[in-house]
Amino acid sequence: MRVSQISVFLENKSGRLADVAKILGDSKINIRALSIADTSDFGILRLIVDSPEQAVTVLRDAGFTVSLTDVIAVQMPDRPGGLAAVVEALGESDINIEYMYAFVTQSEEHAVVVFRVEQLDEAITALTARGMKLLSGDDVYRI
Amino acid sequence: MDYWNESVECIDRQQLERLQLELLQSTLKRAYEQVPLYRTRFDEAGIKPEDVKSLSDLRHLPFTTKQDLRDTYPFGMFAVPMDDVVRIHASSGTTGKPTVVGYTASDLSMWAELMARTLCCGGVTKRDIIHVAYGYGLFTGGLGVHYGAERLGASVVPVSGGNTKRQVRLLQDFGATVLCCTPSYALHISEVASEMNVSPDDLRLRVGFFGAEPWSESMRQELESKFGIDAIDIYGLSEVLGPGVGSECLAKNGLHIWEDTVIVEIIDPETNEVLPDGCPGELVFTSIRKEACPIIRYRTRDISSITRGRCECGRTHARISRITGRTDDMIIVRGVNVFPSQIESVLLEVDGIEPHYQIVVDRKGGLDEIELLVEVSPSFNISGVRELERLGSTIRAEIQSVLGLSVRVRLVEPRTIERSSGKAQRVIDRRKL
Repeated sequence: MRVSQISVFLENKSGRLADVAKILGDSKINIRALSIADTSDFGILRLIVDSPEQAVTVLRDAGFTVSLTDVIAVQMPDRPGGLAAVVEALGESDINIEYMYAFVTQSEEHAVVVFRVEQLDEAITALTARGMKLLSGDDVYRI
Repeated sequence: MDYWNESVECIDRQQLERLQLELLQSTLKRAYEQVPLYRTRFDEAGIKPEDVKSLSDLRHLPFTTKQDLRDTYPFGMFAVPMDDVVRIHASSGTTGKPTVVGYTASDLSMWAELMARTLCCGGVTKRDIIHVAYGYGLFTGGLGVHYGAERLGASVVPVSGGNTKRQVRLLQDFGATVLCCTPSYALHISEVASEMNVSPDDLRLRVGFFGAEPWSESMRQELESKFGIDAIDIYGLSEVLGPGVGSECLAKNGLHIWEDTVIVEIIDPETNEVLPDGCPGELVFTSIRKEACPIIRYRTRDISSITRGRCECGRTHARISRITGRTDDMIIVRGVNVFPSQIESVLLEVDGIEPHYQIVVDRKGGLDEIELLVEVSPSFNISGVRELERLGSTIRAEIQSVLGLSVRVRLVEPRTIERSSGKAQRVIDRRKL
C-alpha cells in the first residue's frame, strides 16, 4: 500500500518549476498531486505522477536531483472531520508525520491525503486496523 | 622505475650544486649584459653578477615580478636577438597586459627534455597514447606537454581544450592511456563521460598529469577513482618555462623540480626573507639554463615548501609540496587567511555533494561574508527538507571546525556552477575594498 512520490531539488530561481512541468509534459507524464516545501534558498517539489519511474529518468537526464520516496495515500470522505480521524489514528500509534498534502478527487466525494512518515509499515497497520482506506500506487496514479 | 635522463635526475647533490653555481653565474652575466631591467635592478641593489660566489649569494639579488614582465611588454625581457627566438608564448592577460616569453631552439629542446622527464616520472613510455587537453596556443600548457610527449616518442593526440563530448569519444576510440589537462577539466570530462554512459572500464587511461591550477589531495582521490588512474600533480609557469618545471613521480610525495635548469627558493611573502627547507612560503625560481628569457628570482605567488632528501624513486632533485594556494588568491576574510583549496578539501570529505563550488565574498554592513555555493549530488536522497538542511549544516560545521570560519552554505542544483576547460574560477570577490 505504498505510493511512489518523486522529490525534485529546486533552487529558488525563476523558471525552474516551469522546466520540470515542461519536461514532464513533453514526456506525456501526468501530475496527480504535488506540493512544494521551501526554505529561503531552495525548494523540494514533491509529485505524484502516473508513471514515476519514467518521470525520474527524464528529470535526471535533464540534470535534476531527483529521488523516489515511499508515501501512503489515504482516501477519506470529503467532509468536516475527515482529516482529524486519520491524523488522530496516527497520533495514537505514536507515528510522527514528516509532511503531508491533500487533494480532492474530481468525480467522487472523496479527498486523498498523502503522508510521509518514518514508520511506514506501522502507519499502514494502524490505519487499516481502523478501517481506513489506503490507496495503492496504481489507484492513485489512475485517479 | 624508469628515468629519462638518469645521470642528471639522480645526480649527486654536491655535483648538482656545482653545476647550478656555474650556470647561475653565466646566466646572471648574460641577464645583466643583455636585459636593461636586470642591469638597472642590480645596479640599484649595488650588486654585480660577479659578486655571486656561492648559491647562497642568490638571496642578495633583487626579485622579478609579473609586473616587471608587463612593464617591459612585449619583448623587453629577451636576452637574445629576435633572430634567435623561435617561439613566443604569452599569458591570457585577463588581469592586465599579457606577460610574454620567448624561447630559442635550445630552450625548446630543453623544455621538451624536461617534459619527457616529467612523463617518465609517471611511468609513461613511447608505447603510450597521450591525450593532451591542455589549451594549445599562446598558453604554454598544450604545446609544452606536446613536445615532451613527442620527445619521449609516445603517440600524441593534440585535442586542446573544449568540446568535452568529443574529448570523451576520442579518449574511447583512440584508447589513450595518458590524460593531460587541468584537474578541474578532468573532473568535468569524467562527468560528461558518465552522462554519455562511458565508464572508466571503457577507457584505457592509466595515468593523468594534472596542473596549471592548485588542487588537493582529496581531489586526487576523486580523479583516481573516477578514472581508475594514477593522478600526477605537475607544476609549471610560462615565466619560468611552462609545464615541466616540476612533477610528482609515482611515489606522489612532492614534485621534483629539475634543479639542473632552475634554482628554487621559498621566501616569506611578507618579509621577503629566504625560509629554511620545510617551511611553507612563496616559491621563487631562477632559471639557469634559459637563453631567450632568463628569469632571476621570479616571485610565483604560489605557496609551497621544499624538501631536498632523495626521493624513494631515486631522484635527487629538490621536491616541492603540492601548491596549497596563491598569495594573491588568498582571501582574507575577517582576518582569517583562506585558500580555496582548503575549502575544497573539506567539501571532498562530505557525502552528497559534487566537488564543484564557488566562494562568493561580499561585505555587508562593514562585515565580510562568505557564501559557499555547493552542488548537490544528483544521487543525493532529497525526500525531505531536513536531509538537505542537515547537509548544509554539516558543510558549515566542517568548514567552521577546519578553517575556523563561518560561511553561509547555499546548496545549488547539479551542474549549475560554471565549468571551465581551463582554470576554474573559484572565488568571486564582490567586496569594494
